[in-house]
Amino acid sequence: MTAESLLTLSQVTKRFPGCIANDHVDLDVKAGEIHALLGENGAGKSTLMKIVYGVLKPDEGEIFWQGKPVQIESPAAARRLGIGMVFQHFSLFDSLTVAENIALGLDSNPPLNRLAEEIRTIASRYSLAIDPDRHVHSLSVGERQRVEIVRCLLQDPKLLIMDEPTSVLTPQEADGLFETLRELVAEGCSVLYISHKLEEIRALCHRATILRGGKVVGFADPKASTARELAALMIGSEVGASRRGAAGNAGEPVLEITGLSFPGDQPFGIDLHDLSLTVRAGEIVGVAGVAGNGQAEFLDVLNGEALCLTADAIRINGVGVGWTGPRQRRMLGMGFVPEERLGQGAVPEMSLSENALLSSYQQKGMVSGGMISLGKAISFARDIIRTYAVRARGDMAEARSLSGGNLQKFIMGREIMQDPKLLIVAAPTWGVDAGAATAIRQALIDLRGRGAAILVISQDLDELFEITDRIAVIHHGRLSSARPTSETTIEEIGLLMGGADAAAETADVA
Amino acid sequence: MLLKLEPRGERSKVMIYATPFIAIALTLFFGAGLFALMGHAPQTALYTFFIKPVSDVYGMSELLVKATPLILCAVGLAIGFRANVWNIGAEGQLIAGAIAGGGMALLFHDSQGLWLLPLMIVTGIAGGMAWAAIPAFLKTRFNANEILTSLMLTYVATLLLSYLVNGPYRDPDGFNFPESRIFHDAATLPILFEGSRVSISAIIALFVVLAAWMLLSRSLIGFQIRVIGMTPSAGSFAGFSAKGIIWFTLLVSGGLAGLAGISEVAGPIGQLLPVISPGYGFTAIIVAFLGRLHPVGILFAGLLMALSYIGGEAVQIDMGMPLAVTGVFQGMLLFFLLSADVLIRYRIRRVAARPVTVKARAE
Repeated sequence: MTAESLLTLSQVTKRFPGCIANDHVDLDVKAGEIHALLGENGAGKSTLMKIVYGVLKPDEGEIFWQGKPVQIESPAAARRLGIGMVFQHFSLFDSLTVAENIALGLDSNPPLNRLAEEIRTIASRYSLAIDPDRHVHSLSVGERQRVEIVRCLLQDPKLLIMDEPTSVLTPQEADGLFETLRELVAEGCSVLYISHKLEEIRALCHRATILRGGKVVGFADPKASTARELAALMIGSEVGASRRGAAGNAGEPVLEITGLSFPGDQPFGIDLHDLSLTVRAGEIVGVAGVAGNGQAEFLDVLNGEALCLTADAIRINGVGVGWTGPRQRRMLGMGFVPEERLGQGAVPEMSLSENALLSSYQQKGMVSGGMISLGKAISFARDIIRTYAVRARGDMAEARSLSGGNLQKFIMGREIMQDPKLLIVAAPTWGVDAGAATAIRQALIDLRGRGAAILVISQDLDELFEITDRIAVIHHGRLSSARPTSETTIEEIGLLMGGADAAAETADVA
Repeated sequence: MLLKLEPRGERSKVMIYATPFIAIALTLFFGAGLFALMGHAPQTALYTFFIKPVSDVYGMSELLVKATPLILCAVGLAIGFRANVWNIGAEGQLIAGAIAGGGMALLFHDSQGLWLLPLMIVTGIAGGMAWAAIPAFLKTRFNANEILTSLMLTYVATLLLSYLVNGPYRDPDGFNFPESRIFHDAATLPILFEGSRVSISAIIALFVVLAAWMLLSRSLIGFQIRVIGMTPSAGSFAGFSAKGIIWFTLLVSGGLAGLAGISEVAGPIGQLLPVISPGYGFTAIIVAFLGRLHPVGILFAGLLMALSYIGGEAVQIDMGMPLAVTGVFQGMLLFFLLSADVLIRYRIRRVAARPVTVKARAE
């Protein structure tokens, strides 16, 4: 391809206290291509994109736009140049309509009804089904993303930056997004596509720049490379799959959920309807689902942070725990790894020893007569750090000084080393680098081997297919029946995540 | 050239301890300026305010008299503040403790029993607790903001005391002055040094400091207080009861304020008056923050703040300055402390006015 360069970065460097996020990075995006920026979490992709979008300023280096050097002082300046960005986390107001939300993000201020017309035009041109008059809280995550995309397209961008766009989509929704992006590119727009998902980059992108540890480590033609080759570039070493081990014979039921309903207590929260699921000793059961379909409420109820309507809706080893809090459930052998590491699973300002204490003081006998034995907490923290190869400056390091992956290893270690009979894990490897992810999955498989029952709630389908024995799908607060992972496919689960099960069941009844 | 605040990776341990001294230095500096503006020689005024009052034994003992209630209240408040429970009403709880405990002294004014003083202390603590239980109930039951409820209850307590000393508590032989009987010896706390006004409540305060230190650093409930204060969702994950901690911290801070109240009326004051505290309960908020919400820090901060009371009196008497000088000094100290605290999380860096595009690599 000999098309001219649209955006060129030359030797861009950005330092933060304690780390170099981007180290003399070169990047070249040509007009009319989908360019992948590939790298693990923490490789510096987001920092680089924030520099391009004018959110951060580079310490060194130059940016060229259509061959001319530019200083991008602010996102507004970036938009004036013709750069649009769809962030990983949306900035939409639930209580406003689509059109009102889009109006808020525009630099010009058109009347709402004319804007609604423009939204409809753009939406139909790029097959982005959205209704400008709907309120955002009633939209699915995929629809919200379309709102963000339309917001960018209204500015007639020459370059659209997409930051991990498929992390919140079902496989089918992702395919729809790819269609839209291809149509855009056919009209001459360029796309800078940030991801660590190799398969979709191979399916979608024309060229790829690979970042590792803040440096450019290679360029690739994704269509001509295998996923394994790309992964090797991205990670820097051969990737090992976790040893699966023989799926043990599932034993006695450990966690029994029967007819669990829970009215959500948050505005725009999801109500849980009649959930039933059994997890037996020696098996890993997965719950798949697009974020915001009731996982948060389900996790709160499972941990006992929110109480059930009936005590027997949740039983651990036959004991009804629906009305008891987390501490009593832990005494029955439950371990729990919440979705948020920093701020839920760990206190950011506290040391690792104190964070080790947080959920283990009962099982590990660290408290007697109301007083804490700090020595026991310290030695437990050191055990975790050693066993799970947590990279930290020792047991006195503050939790927030650890990287996401290392903190997750620490939290997983804290729960697993209490030898739980039941472990409930949310998003075990979300945002964790590949090396740590393998270690974490292996730890779960080993724990299953020791006869524990494990429930994994995750959006990462590849992961669920790698480690689970059975898999269920949560959609709109309802849970499908769990089916053996070996007898189902990603496509089937994807359809369930999009709500196909409910439709099918209704059809059966009729 | 510009100055720029840059976030630190971790909180600076040095600055946590240095900022109170920075705040004290700034207060002295601007205090000197204030004295100069008022037409007094700054050196003389500062000497009269800070040095002269404690240059003899009696002055030192008066310092302890003032510091004791401040420390008692501030330790209780700090335990609550650590858990993000903002009890602003220690003044009211102090008065409630004095009303309840002092009421015992008046009820049994003809008794000489050794049991009277312990009874007064226990009732005093209970009075403070009861007063703090109201915001605790409103907070846990109706999610009412404890800052407002505890503060407003202070005015209720003040008016209640005023009513009592004008009515039921009034000394029958007191020529209609709004004062209670003077407590007799069995209802008065023993004095530590002959000729001073320091009672054993100073020893009790020291013991409270040590106990609170142990509570916060070593006990499970202290751990729960810190976790819930820093990250409520982590506390909820671990199964700590946020409501339980609200009750606990409010009852403890109310009880300690009540103890301060009964120690005042059964100590230096010796009777119930319409006004029994020069705002100890409010000043204790400053003391708690100046002491970094740490009991040992509060011990020193309490002594410093007590000095501002005595110093304020000294410049009133010796140099004819207004009473407001005390409040101005206390306010400046809190203001400078809160502003200096930004240095714990941020460092100041000088930056060139224009961003430099190309620099040599430092590594």
